[in-house]
Amino acid sequence: MMKTQDIQAIRALITKSRRWDIFFGVLGILALMLCVLTFMTLFVDMAIRGLGRIDAAFFTSFPSRHPEQAGILSAWVGSALVMLVTGLAAVPLGVAAGVYLEEYAPKHWLTDLIEINITNLAAVPSIVYGLLALGLFVYLFGFGQSILSAGLTLALLILPVVIVATREAIRSIPLMIREGSYACGATTWQTVSDHILPYSSAGILTGVIIGMARAIGETAPIITIGALTFIAFLPNAPFTGVPPAGLFDWLFAPFTVMPIQMFNWTSRPEAAFLINAAAAGLVLVLMTLAMNGTAIWLRYRLRKNITW
Amino acid sequence: MSNETTPNIEPAADLAIKAECRNFGFHYGDFQALQNINMPVYDKQVTALIGPSGCGKSTLLRSFNRMHDLYPGNRYQGEIIMHPDNTNLLAKEVDPIEVRMRISMVFQKPNPFPKSVFENVAYSLRVRGMTNKTELEDRVQHSLKAAALWDEVKHRLNDLGANLSGGQQQRLCIARALAADPEIILFDEPTSALDPIATASIEELITELKEKVTILIVTHNMQQAARISDFTAYMYIGELVEFGVTDQVFVKPQKKQTEDYITGRFG
Repeated sequence: MMKTQDIQAIRALITKSRRWDIFFGVLGILALMLCVLTFMTLFVDMAIRGLGRIDAAFFTSFPSRHPEQAGILSAWVGSALVMLVTGLAAVPLGVAAGVYLEEYAPKHWLTDLIEINITNLAAVPSIVYGLLALGLFVYLFGFGQSILSAGLTLALLILPVVIVATREAIRSIPLMIREGSYACGATTWQTVSDHILPYSSAGILTGVIIGMARAIGETAPIITIGALTFIAFLPNAPFTGVPPAGLFDWLFAPFTVMPIQMFNWTSRPEAAFLINAAAAGLVLVLMTLAMNGTAIWLRYRLRKNITW
Repeated sequence: MSNETTPNIEPAADLAIKAECRNFGFHYGDFQALQNINMPVYDKQVTALIGPSGCGKSTLLRSFNRMHDLYPGNRYQGEIIMHPDNTNLLAKEVDPIEVRMRISMVFQKPNPFPKSVFENVAYSLRVRGMTNKTELEDRVQHSLKAAALWDEVKHRLNDLGANLSGGQQQRLCIARALAADPEIILFDEPTSALDPIATASIEELITELKEKVTILIVTHNMQQAARISDFTAYMYIGELVEFGVTDQVFVKPQKKQTEDYITGRFG
């Protein structure tokens, strides 16, 4: 039987050890609050200043010298079209590369090297992609300072994110599912198209959208390839341009995007433009949040039916 | 350990051989996992592979459908000959997919695809190019009946395979393995993740299936080997120690080592 003193000694020891528990818990909460509060302050400040400026006309007006008439029409249309090109270029390339590396590539030092390089590419400053794109897309390929160049530049930028997300999603599929498919007599492509891609699509989509959410806020590479800061017309809709009017004329149109519009407004001396910038910033943040929200929802929907 | 294994197979003289290992060996990179395996697999009989953990029984089983080809650095030696066509399953010119179309497999843990019950079974048929809906339905139903699962799932063919119980999932995997009319089915410890009742139903099923198909099963459970198999191979550290009719291997093993393992003195 245990003596009373022993029990008290144990309790004293536990109380002493618990102090560190509490100490670290408090430290963790403080660190968390610091991050959350900083973000909330910035967001709320921007929302308060910009919210009053947001109305239908704000979305349907071109930029203007008069702050109260200025809107973000060319900016949000530009952002949307650039994102369209980015998605259409980055998804097939990134997913194909990820699938190849996981399912087809022989595992040796060369694929290891490629893997390390892809991971590092995700950390390359975006301005470097802008410089590369300026030389490659704008001049060498002759795409000019266009939506196509911008979309492809941002596609390059998020390609590592898409590839890494694809690989992670594929790796989360248990080996026994893959072996089950091969044991049925499936080829690698049948295994990929019937099992690997359907089961990893939630993870891939999440990665794609998170990459796009990063791309939509990028400014540096877009400025580098020569986006306009003031533009008062929209790219031609398909078949409406001056002859020869084609389906894809808009790809080669000059453009601007949301962050550049914001940057332009914040650099104006008039205070009223700062309010416009706050309003545009709010729209941009909400667009990003909406994209991330879509990613979470898609992941939930697609994973609901996938259990191992 | 002696390398020459004298098969104890007199009563089996009139049985046809479905497949046989000839001087079979296997390397994981530099590590020799199996060597000098000479063993017949009799047609429409159950052959059990037993032995302590790490003896290479699963490695041998997975050589029959060239599962090792999926991973780099693996190398086969010798031959596994499939009868009656005398094909060496390990030959470079034989496509592993062809081998897997003839020899199907049931895994240790039930691994239904995250698809419907119907699609799980139909998958084996789809990779063989079957697209006709009626034909698919017929064959799926036939396979589910053969796997003793039809009555339990006939009203929930569109449910996810993962929603079935563990034992039902394993029978679903057996139905998937059966669907394509394989010549041999490989079972890799098929009941090790199941409760005793589900285990009993799988064992009963295996006994029924041998009417139609040759069965090779790895098991760590010696009672199971004794209950369901016609032939038993005892393996130890990558070699085949003894092969023979199950009753004889269990009652009158020829090697002291086999006897020690079976009686539980080691392993």
